[in-house]
This record gives sequence, C-alpha cells and structure tokens, in this order.
Amino acid sequence: MHFTNNKTLFTLIGIALCVTASATPVDEVLVIDEELEMTTRVQAVEGHPISEIYSGWHYRTPETRALEADSFANPGMLGVEQGEEIWHTVEGSEGKSCASCHDDAAVSMKGVGANYPKWDEKTQRPKNIEAQINSCRVENMGAEPYKFDKGGQKPLTAYIKNQSLGMPVELDLSEGEMQSWWEKGKETYYLRTGQLNLSCASCHEQNHGKHIRADHLSQGNVNGFPTYRLKQNKLISLHNRFRGCIRDTRAEFPDAFSDVLMGLEVYTTWRGTGLSVETPAVRQ
Amino acid sequence: MEIRFLSCAVFVCSAAYFTFAQADTAPGDVEINAISIDKPLTDVAGDPANGKKIFINRKQGNCLACHANSDMKDQLFHGEVGPSLDGAGTRWQEDHLRTILVNAKAVFGDQTVMPGFYSLEVGADVRKDLIGKTILQAQDIEDLVAYLSTLK
Repeated sequence: MHFTNNKTLFTLIGIALCVTASATPVDEVLVIDEELEMTTRVQAVEGHPISEIYSGWHYRTPETRALEADSFANPGMLGVEQGEEIWHTVEGSEGKSCASCHDDAAVSMKGVGANYPKWDEKTQRPKNIEAQINSCRVENMGAEPYKFDKGGQKPLTAYIKNQSLGMPVELDLSEGEMQSWWEKGKETYYLRTGQLNLSCASCHEQNHGKHIRADHLSQGNVNGFPTYRLKQNKLISLHNRFRGCIRDTRAEFPDAFSDVLMGLEVYTTWRGTGLSVETPAVRQ
Repeated sequence: MEIRFLSCAVFVCSAAYFTFAQADTAPGDVEINAISIDKPLTDVAGDPANGKKIFINRKQGNCLACHANSDMKDQLFHGEVGPSLDGAGTRWQEDHLRTILVNAKAVFGDQTVMPGFYSLEVGADVRKDLIGKTILQAQDIEDLVAYLSTLK
C-alpha cells in the first residue's frame, strides 16, 4: 500500500487545499458613467469569516463589467425606468401612487435600499423592500399586494434600490430581533442541502475565485439585487437566486420571503456590509 | 415462432440483467476500511471508455465541473474547485479511488465539498424524487475507477 491508512493525514491535506485557495477577482475599479466611483472591495465587517470582501462585479468578464459601468448600456436600467413609471402610477381604491406620499424618490428613497431589511414591529419579522412595497400597497393605496416576482415587484424594487446607488450597505442588527434572524440566516448559509450536499459556504466562502466549469464563483454578495442576469435576459430578484442556488444542490427549496429565506437575506446582506449598492448590477 | 423465440430471449436477457443489478452492493452495504473499498461494487469489470463519458456528462458525474483533466483538452471548460486529476491513476490505488468516488468524506473529512456519488449521506431537504437515490449507480463508479486508473 502506497498510502498510510490515516484519515487525519488526508483531512489535513483537505484543509490545506482550502486555506491556500487563491481568489482571483480582477484588480479594477468600477466607476459608473465616469463619475460615480463604487466601493466594490472593502475590509469585511467584524465577525466576517473572509477578511476582504468583493462585489461579484470583480468576477465577471470585461464585457459584463463594462455593461454595468455605463448606465445607458446597462440592460437592467430598463427595469429601473419601468419602476419609475410605476412609482407615478395611481392604483387601488385610495387613488394614490407611491409619489402621492413619497414625492420625489431621488430624495425620499435615497439611502433606503442600503439599509434594508429592517425590523418591522407590526409583523415581528424583518421587512425587505418587496415587503415594504406590499405593505404600502395594501394599507395606504388599497391595492392588491404583488405576488412574488410578479406585477411591478422587480422593477419597483430595482427603482427604489437604485436611488441608493453607490451608498454603502449597512444593516442595524440592534433593532427588534434582527440579531436572531441573522443567526437563523447564518445557520441556513452553512446548512448543506440536497443530494449534492452543498451549502452556500461550499462555493461562495470556501471556493470563491475559482471556476466551477465555465462559471467563476464569487463571494455571493447581494448588494446588486435585483440583478440583470445575461443568462436569463432579465432582472432577477434575490429570493429567486436563493431558490435557484438551493435547487441546484438537488434539494427542495423554500418559498420566497419565507422565514428561512428572510433570515438568509438578513445574513447575506450583512456579509456585504460596506459594499456599494449596485442595483441593477449586471452578471453573467 | 420466431417472434415467440425473440420475446423469450428478451425475457432471459432482462432476467440476467436483474440478477446483475441484485449483485451490486447497495449504498448502505459498502464496506469502507480506513480509506479503502477493496471489493468492486459490481461483478462487471469497469469500462474506462464509459467512465470517461460519465466524467464529462453534466447529468452524470460532471467531474469536469470541479477538476481539470489534460486527457480531455477538447472540452472547453475545466473546473478548479478540486485538484487536477492528471496522474490520478499514479497517485491513487483503485481501492482508494473507489472510496473517494463513493463518499469523499471518508477520505478527506467532513469539510470536503466533494459530493458522495454512491452514498446516502446527503444534505437536508433532498428533492423528493431523489430521496434514497444516489447520484451515480454502482456500475458508473466502477467505470469511473477504471477510467481514472488510466490517468498516469
């Protein structure tokens, strides 16, 4: 026998391979429309397992990166424009639009997308932009709530988040029970699922910077959602992507906005603390 | 008469196939001694040519997703998550290769991201139609062992 029957030895080799994993994000700066310099790499927040965090922008091809740097070429901006129209459209029994109460989104929504999800006293759970839009629709406009990814949910979310373009992501985990939702989200992040037995961390923490066949694995930061995905030719919401990743492990996947995925949104948003809001980011 | 003979022959063949399938070692019955599975999982010798196909096929082994392999330079994208498998047949013995394929955690420890291809030690919430099923079949493992052993 050429090899010692020592499991520990192989475990050590395995760990050594993980530790020496070389991240290869490109060393470039994202400047949008030659005027807005974005923070796409930053020292991680305290307690983060990775020391320097990168936006997924660094892992994409030069062509894809160029699309995001030019808001005229960015195909996601069409969704943002659609969101702006919705902002001014009256709907529901109360005869109101978003603008009726919030007026100019460039003023009233500036910074909002950088600080969500926030704790919601009424429902006693974290509220993301999509949930906030639905509360407004039901309680203030007398309109139907949007179903997941339907109606104007994606474009309006993109429009609202785009008002914080370039602002650093920062959550307030001291509000309500945000910390326990963060804990739940962390458990989900490290939970191995499906027949393939993989967690979020398996790819985006242990192996970011490497190729998995044609795909360059990023750190899985969520600062650019809703994101324009070239593969699908449309804006993709964060919960859609969560579900897609979990599905790819050959697992049953949770409902959008379920407790499991809301926890994961809180946790993954926190992991991207300090990165600029990039909505709508452009990815492969 | 000819038709009847043919259907008989088909019946005999499927019966034979059934017997072979029964002879496969079930995932729960595979004996791993330290990092070795000495006994092949089936009675049919591994077919390296088929093993190579399984290595490439995205719906089967999809080994290329994570491992580069100079033996298939015609394939466009080679992964980097795991080590290159150049020389795998020199570095590893068959009984070790078999263990790595069946359940890599038995060799590399729980932290490895490599799935167990013939193991029911799987993650949470497995897709309903895949419960109790392994990623690959016993013969696929033997074919892969045969193929990887040719990588010298």
